[in-house]
Amino acid sequence: MTDQDRPQYQQLLARKVEVVNVGLEGFVKDLRDCGIDVVHVDWKPSAGGDPQMAALLAKLGV
Amino acid sequence: MKLIEDANRQALTRILEGEPRLIDIVPARELIPGLRERMILHAGPPISWDRMCGPMRGAVAGAVVFEGWAQDLPTASRLAASGEIEFHPNHHFGAVGPMTGMTTMSMPLFVVENARFSNRAYCAINEGLGKVMRFGGNDASVLKRLAWLRDVFGPTLGKAIRAAGGIDLKSIVARGLSMGDELHQRNLACSSVFLREIAPWMARTSTDNAVLAECLAFIGQNDQFFLNIAMAMGKVITDPANGIRGSTIVTTMCRNGTDFGIRVSGLGEQWFTAPVEMPEGLYFAGYSEKDANPDMGDSAIVETIGLGGFAMAAAPAVAGFVGAGAPSEAGNFTRSMGEITVAQNPEWTIAAMDFAGVPTGIDIRLVVDSGVVPVINTGIAHREPGIGQVGAGVVKAPLACFQQAIVAIAEDLGVS
Repeated sequence: MTDQDRPQYQQLLARKVEVVNVGLEGFVKDLRDCGIDVVHVDWKPSAGGDPQMAALLAKLGV
Repeated sequence: MKLIEDANRQALTRILEGEPRLIDIVPARELIPGLRERMILHAGPPISWDRMCGPMRGAVAGAVVFEGWAQDLPTASRLAASGEIEFHPNHHFGAVGPMTGMTTMSMPLFVVENARFSNRAYCAINEGLGKVMRFGGNDASVLKRLAWLRDVFGPTLGKAIRAAGGIDLKSIVARGLSMGDELHQRNLACSSVFLREIAPWMARTSTDNAVLAECLAFIGQNDQFFLNIAMAMGKVITDPANGIRGSTIVTTMCRNGTDFGIRVSGLGEQWFTAPVEMPEGLYFAGYSEKDANPDMGDSAIVETIGLGGFAMAAAPAVAGFVGAGAPSEAGNFTRSMGEITVAQNPEWTIAAMDFAGVPTGIDIRLVVDSGVVPVINTGIAHREPGIGQVGAGVVKAPLACFQQAIVAIAEDLGVS
């Protein structure tokens, strides 16, 4: 079976993996401990995940 | 929302266009018409005696004795507890005060005028370090220094300021930022530049060399002397930005040792309060967090205009002093505050940030959306009255104040 015949996710893992981690920072250390390059994006859902506040903010132009 | 964006643009313009100038030192009773006998102005949002923290009560007792409303401290405390003393926030009278923020009728106040909008703001004179009323100190040495400020220093410096035709403050701040000040926990550069500007005028107007030397030494020995001037400057800059309907820009942040309070331009004089947090920082030898009082003071007005914790990148030495990490991390504070502000101030730049302006115009929408709250550089007072400063640190504004304000402005604008 050639690389082209493998499912896409297997092709991805056959090469050097580089990760963009969004949100919870806890995953970053584990990946780095495995020698994987990780770029962490410090992101939280709007208003800390409070849907009512997030909806209000959206109406106020955020 | 166009109404909000237009209102915020107007509020920001008013903040940036301010032309603050120190023009005088005058006894509080002559500046604040409503300030009368047995009335004390304090830092932070409104608070009654029964909810005041230890240092605030200590300062109140000292102020009562200082004004001659009681003969001694125990009598003064009883008088305050009995309801005989009237308490109001400095902010309701165009004033600000550091830490406990005591303002009473005979205290001399800096007068800062905003030439662009013809408004004025006031702040008492910084007492120096050690045992001082702003940290709750109230013994004889504290009251003696206050009397000297009232009878000697205030009139001497006031005469010099008037003779100089006032002192432009924006340029001093700009220079201070380039010399390592962030204007809250480090005012060494601004105090020195101020002394350099005012010293010749003090020499010209003083008739007593001994008094002159004493006054010059008082300024020269106090690295935080300029803080109180910067606070009055913050107040005079933000006041014209208050009361613009729809604006979500913060115009006041302050604390009284019990509550943290904010006011927002579009909501005028309305306070939004939440329990104040404990600063995280470093303690002087012999003290620890067990001794600390929750944060207090009107001094967060400097953060409200983009200085203090917002300008941490200008003062890497302060990051270490307040326990905020390595000096190389100071820029992170300023970058983080950039996420909750709508602009940078082009007149106040930070060399270490490639001359980016200090982050200015805190938008409550950005605070609540991101969860990033304003950081404030602060001194830490002992929780017991009369002891004074025990450390310095960083405190975060409570998110709840900003959430309440979002709900209120949505109601005001008919948004649900």
